[in-house]
Amino acid sequence: MNKIIRKQQLTPETALFEVEAPRIAKRWKPGQFIIVRPTSSSERIPLTIVDGSKERGTITMVVQRIGKTSAVVVETPADGAFADVVGPLGEPAHITKVGRVTLMAGGVGVAEVLPVAKAFKQAGNYTTVLAGARNDSLRILREELLAVADEVIWATDDGSFGFSGNVVQLLEATIKSSGVKPDISHVIGPIPMMRAAANATRALGIKTYASVNPVMIDGTGMCGGCRVTVGGKVRFACVEGPEFDAHEVDFDELSRRTKAYRKQEVAAMEAHKCALGLHA
Amino acid sequence: MAAPKRNPKAPRQMPPEVAPLVRVQGAVEVAGGFTEDQARIESLRCLDCKDPKCVEACPLHIDIKSFIQRITQGDVEGAFNKISERSPFPGICGRVCQHELFCESACLLGKKLDPVAIGSLERFSSDYHRQFNGKAAVENTQPTGPKIAMVGSGPASLMASFVLSQRNYRVTVFEALHRLGGVLIYGVPPFRLPREILDSEIARLESMGVKFETDVIVGNSVTLEELFNEEGFEAVFLGTGAGLPYMLNIPGENLIGVYTANEFLTRINLMHANEANAETPVNIGKHTVVIGGGNSAMDAARWSKRMGADTTILFRRGKAELRARAEEIEHAEQEGIKFEFLGAPVALYGDENGWLKEMECLRMELGAPDSSGRPAPVPIAGSNYRIPVDTVIAAVGQAPNPTLQRTTPQLISNKGKIVVNVDRETSMTKVFAGGDVVRGGSTVILAMSDGLAAADAIDRALKAQKQEAVGAQA
Repeated sequence: MNKIIRKQQLTPETALFEVEAPRIAKRWKPGQFIIVRPTSSSERIPLTIVDGSKERGTITMVVQRIGKTSAVVVETPADGAFADVVGPLGEPAHITKVGRVTLMAGGVGVAEVLPVAKAFKQAGNYTTVLAGARNDSLRILREELLAVADEVIWATDDGSFGFSGNVVQLLEATIKSSGVKPDISHVIGPIPMMRAAANATRALGIKTYASVNPVMIDGTGMCGGCRVTVGGKVRFACVEGPEFDAHEVDFDELSRRTKAYRKQEVAAMEAHKCALGLHA
Repeated sequence: MAAPKRNPKAPRQMPPEVAPLVRVQGAVEVAGGFTEDQARIESLRCLDCKDPKCVEACPLHIDIKSFIQRITQGDVEGAFNKISERSPFPGICGRVCQHELFCESACLLGKKLDPVAIGSLERFSSDYHRQFNGKAAVENTQPTGPKIAMVGSGPASLMASFVLSQRNYRVTVFEALHRLGGVLIYGVPPFRLPREILDSEIARLESMGVKFETDVIVGNSVTLEELFNEEGFEAVFLGTGAGLPYMLNIPGENLIGVYTANEFLTRINLMHANEANAETPVNIGKHTVVIGGGNSAMDAARWSKRMGADTTILFRRGKAELRARAEEIEHAEQEGIKFEFLGAPVALYGDENGWLKEMECLRMELGAPDSSGRPAPVPIAGSNYRIPVDTVIAAVGQAPNPTLQRTTPQLISNKGKIVVNVDRETSMTKVFAGGDVVRGGSTVILAMSDGLAAADAIDRALKAQKQEAVGAQA
């Protein structure tokens, strides 16, 4: 059991949890993830580590309600605990000193990009975070982003704050107006966004890393459920990733594979809503 | 009371089995145990050899002759205690050990008649104990000696934990998953090894003072160096298993509906995908093809059948080359699983949404023996054929899980397998290893024998170190 130390509801759909996990807190690096089972009957879901404090023996995660298990996580009360938290898993992000680094993040990826942006900045890079949200009210962790990046630019789908459009369009617009290209870019968020970012940066000739999010079970390379085609080769995202060269990732396949259990997920979510009495 | 009369010519007793049509409806244990009468008749078949070859053939050297003689005298608890001197896992081994390859193959009676059903008698002793004396045997001891860490909670580590805690070492087992047992929990289905058996034999270790920590991946959550320098462990045993599945390496293997046996079995055995409204589902269509001929292939095929799919095992060699336990092959056949020999997949095809629909195979013929000693499968050119399929499960073997090796470069391995000496000591001092991480895909019993040997070596090494320290002071 991993006790929750702090819960912060970021949006109606998204919550931040700081949980006790001293071993993980001591060893984690930016870009790594954990596997969480909120209850002893839950499935195992991978979540990116957003922060960690060796001193407090805690790690932080941000979860958006998407399927049943993530909903159960988000609904876990502040004085509760998660049945299992294991990690840190995967390879750390590729942090090097290159000059200018642009990080594109959408949805809950805005939280997940925090440690990577911070590490790039600490490595001596000028870091720009292009953060996306559906609208102004769903912009999360604004202060935290400002604290870890040299520059933060927001894009909203409906134009209610900042740039009107998505982060990929924002990247293109920024480069066009400034005439300056980043030396490296990093993208984390929903698959369509990462695919668009990969296509755009490929055209622009910018080396880009994407942090992928396939279905996983054990997270230690044992099951192979998380396999992703990268540069024509089968790779296990849990142990060889989650970060890969965005230009090499087969996002179409990744997208199809993440939908493999869509039918069961929809049924489980419906049943979960019924159990909560959310259906009028 | 007259001594019971030996009767080697009595027919080998067969344990009852749940009828195939019934058992494929669920996860019920397939093989039953002997009745008391059967156990007595079977024990009286034992020749009570002066030089019992079965004991030598058992990788754990369980005193088989003595435990069987106790059963002949009606002392089943005594039989259980006899086994317990060497192994606390008769419930597990009585069900999953390949007795036909070890003790039973050495049984003298087997030269002329059927060998004594040693495996079934072992299981009988364990079931009897659990039923009548299960609670009484809680040992509740608290070792006080040096701390030893086990990495992984599979058969190798469990056996090493038993031996070391018996010798007063304080053992902590670190397990990456949320449940204990390693391959016994994620790989072996409950219809072969019911979970209460596994849990009760692990609970026995707990009662001996062995500590278990789940959700810890040594290498990631804590390094070997930290175990020694910060957590005070004086030796470490690596029993991390063969948890890296081989892929088919053919086009289409990332289509939806293509599983490794590890994933398929883990979803069901560990995560209960077979249950209604399972939180972790599995996609099973109408037609399943399982590729491979080992125990994982049988287990996957038998689960597939239980989940309602018409199931075929496709194996590139012939029936004689299957590697699974004889009993599992027989059970699979009884359950209506089809076997297609001398065929191998060459490509998988899907629909526009990436769902598997069809597979292309190639006929094989047997050639000269290969490195495995079995006749090599040789493709017959132009023999390609296609069959419709919804689910393909690749059970084509596993390599050692590389997690620890990745984070511990000083640990020498060869093709992924950790290299050890005769004492099971690795290239790192006080770090020992055994089971599948050393052997590649092997068996439960050989993993246990490695655990036993490593525990002995750890004991010797730490005692020698103590001697040296005493010598240095003197």
